[in-house]
Amino acid sequence: MLKIENLYAKVDNKEILKGLNLSVNAGEVHAIMGPNGSGKSTLANVLAGRNGYEVTKGSVEYDGKDLFELAPEERAWAGLFLAFQYPVEIPGVNNVYLLKAAVNAIRKNRGEQELDAVEFLTLVKEKMKLVKMKEDLLNRSVNEGFSGGEKKRNEIFQMAVLEPKLAILDETDSGLDIDALKIVTEGVNSLRNEERSIILVTHYQRLLDYIKPNHVHVLSNGKIIKSGGPELALELEEKGYDWIVETEAA
Amino acid sequence: MSTEIQNYLNDFEQLGNDIKSDWFSEQRHSALSLFKESGFPGTRQENWKYTDTRPITKKAFSSLNDQGISINNDDIDAVRFKDLDCYELVFINGVYSEEHSHINDLPENVVIENMAAALGKDNELLAKHLAQYADNNVSAFTALNTAFIQHGTYINIPKNTVVDKPINILYLAKDNTQPFATHPRNLIVMGEHSEATLIESYVGLDHANYFTNAVTEVSLSASSILKHYKIQQESLNAYHIGNLNVMQDKDSRFESNSISLGGSLVRNDIHGHLAAEGANIIMNGLYMTSDKQHVDNHTRVDHLKPNTHSSENYRGVLNGKSRAVFNGKVVVHPQAQKIEAHQNNANLLLSDDAEIDTKPELEIYADDVKCSHGATVGQLDENMLFYLRSRAIDEETARSLLTYAFADEVISDISFTPVKNRLEYLIIGQLPDAELIREFTNE
Repeated sequence: MLKIENLYAKVDNKEILKGLNLSVNAGEVHAIMGPNGSGKSTLANVLAGRNGYEVTKGSVEYDGKDLFELAPEERAWAGLFLAFQYPVEIPGVNNVYLLKAAVNAIRKNRGEQELDAVEFLTLVKEKMKLVKMKEDLLNRSVNEGFSGGEKKRNEIFQMAVLEPKLAILDETDSGLDIDALKIVTEGVNSLRNEERSIILVTHYQRLLDYIKPNHVHVLSNGKIIKSGGPELALELEEKGYDWIVETEAA
Repeated sequence: MSTEIQNYLNDFEQLGNDIKSDWFSEQRHSALSLFKESGFPGTRQENWKYTDTRPITKKAFSSLNDQGISINNDDIDAVRFKDLDCYELVFINGVYSEEHSHINDLPENVVIENMAAALGKDNELLAKHLAQYADNNVSAFTALNTAFIQHGTYINIPKNTVVDKPINILYLAKDNTQPFATHPRNLIVMGEHSEATLIESYVGLDHANYFTNAVTEVSLSASSILKHYKIQQESLNAYHIGNLNVMQDKDSRFESNSISLGGSLVRNDIHGHLAAEGANIIMNGLYMTSDKQHVDNHTRVDHLKPNTHSSENYRGVLNGKSRAVFNGKVVVHPQAQKIEAHQNNANLLLSDDAEIDTKPELEIYADDVKCSHGATVGQLDENMLFYLRSRAIDEETARSLLTYAFADEVISDISFTPVKNRLEYLIIGQLPDAELIREFTNE
C-alpha cells in the first residue's frame, strides 16, 4: 500500500526527515511514535502534500503510484486521508457541503456515479453514529467554533464518510479528554478492515491502549530507529524516549 | 470654459422646461451654476485623491434622454429578481418605462412614482425635501445631477405605514448610437413609524458605453425603518457615480447594503446624518473587482446627537489589475456623547497586480464614546486551501470556494431572503468554477 524509501525532507531549509524507511501493507495499522521534533508531523504533511515541505531525496510509492507526482487533491482521490493535528476553521464553508463535494469528487475521479442528495444523507446519517457526531455540527461552517474534541471527532467522521485506503492520523489523541478519546478511537476501530491501512502518529502510548497497532515504530531525528510489535510502545511508556534514543545510538 | 463642462451646459439648454414650478427651476439653475463654478473634482482634492475621474469627464456623453430605446421583456426578466413580489419601477437608459413598471395597488396614501410625474404636480412635500440632503456643494456630480433632475423615483410613505412589498427600482442601460449620461434622482420620504424595503439596481446590458450619475436622498422621520439595497452591475464599459444621503430623526434605523460588481470606474458615496438621539445606521458593503476596474467606496457618518449608533462592514475581493478604494469616515460631533461607532474593512487580494487603498477615519470631538475601526488586506489562507484540497477539492474550486466564503460574510446576514439569494447567485457568478460552487452551496 505504502512504501517509503530513504526519504529526506526539508522545512524552511532545515532538514527534518533524514532517510526514513517504512512499509505499510493493506489492512495494517502502524503507530509512529517519537519525541517532539522528531519529524512525525513532517512525515504526515509530506505524505498529504502540504506546501512548504521540500522532498530532497528518496521516494514514496502509494498504491503502485509515485506519490509525489500527485497534487494533494489527487492523493485524496486516490484514497489517501490525513486527519489533521490542528484542523483549520473555515468560516463560510459548510461542513456537510464540503463533505458531499469531497465524496463526489472522489467518486467522479474513480469513474463512479456521484451520490445524489438522498443517497448522501443516508450515508452521512449512518456514519454520524460511528463517532456520535452531533447533528448541529454538521450544518455549521467547517470546524468553526468547534471545541478541540469536536474538531478531532469531525476529522474521524470525515474519514468514515470518505472511506480512505490509507488514513494518516496525526496526533488525533492530543487535546482529547478520556471520554472523547474513547468515542474517537472506537470510531477508528470500527473503520479497520482488511483493505484499509492506518498510520497513527502519536507522542503518547495512551492512544495505543484503544487502537491496537500491528507495528510500532520509533521516529527520532528524522528516521525510524526501532520497529517492533505493540510491546514496544509499552516499553517506551515505561522507560521514555531517551532510553531508546540512547540505546540505539550506542 | 472647459469643453468637458460645456457639453453638459449645452445639454442643459436643450433639456427643455416642461416642468415649470419656480422652486424647481430655481433649484436646477442654482445647481448648474455651482457645477459651472466648481467643475469636476480632481485628484488634488482629498476626497478624490485615489480616484481620477478624467475617463468620465473627458468623454462627451449626451445627457438628453432618448425615449426611443426599448428592451424586450425577456431581456429584462433575465436581470430581474426571480419570483420577487414587489412594486417595481423600470428605467431604460434613464427614462421611466411605464410599460415594464408595475406600481399598482399601493397601500393607502403611499406614493411611489416616477420623479418626472411627481414634479409635474403641485407637491409641497417634494419641494420641502428635494435637494435638501444631498449637498450640491460637496460634489460637482451631485450638482450636475440636480441640474438634470427629471426621471427617477419619488417615494412617500406616510406615518404608521408598513409597505407590504419591497420596492424595486431597476435602472437598465443598453447601448445607444452615442455614449449617454443618465442622472437618476431618487427621493424617499418616510413618515414616523413607517417601514419599507428598497432595492436600487443598476444593470448594464451587453457592453453598453454610458455614464450613470445617480443621487438618492432619504429622509427618515422618528422611528421609521428603511432597508436599502443597492446592487451595482453596470456594464464593464460604463461609469457609475452614486451618491446616497440619509437624514435620520429620532430612533430611526437605516440599513444600507451596497454591492458593487460592475462598472469600469465606480464611485459610491454614502453619507448618513444621525440628527437625533437613538438614530442608527448600518452599512454593509461588498465590492468585487477584476481586470482594470476601479471601484471607490466612500462613506461618512455624522453623529450629531448623543446615543446614536453606526456600524459598518465592508469587504472587497480584488483580482486582475483592478483597484479599489475604501474610505470610511466617522465624525463624532462635540455634543454627541454616548455614541457607538464601529467600522471594519477587510480585503482579499487575489492577484499580485490588484491594489487597495483603505482608510478608516475617525474624528471624535466628544469624550464619552465607544468607537472602533479596523482594516485588513490579505490573501487566501494557505492552511484553509490545503485543508480543502486534502478533502479532494481541486485547487481552483478550493480557491473559488474560499473567495466566496469571504465575500459571503457580508451577504449571509441579510435578513431579506430573496435579495440574499439573488446576491449570492450574482457573487458566485463572478468566480471561476461558478457552476461547481453553486452546486456546493445550493443543496
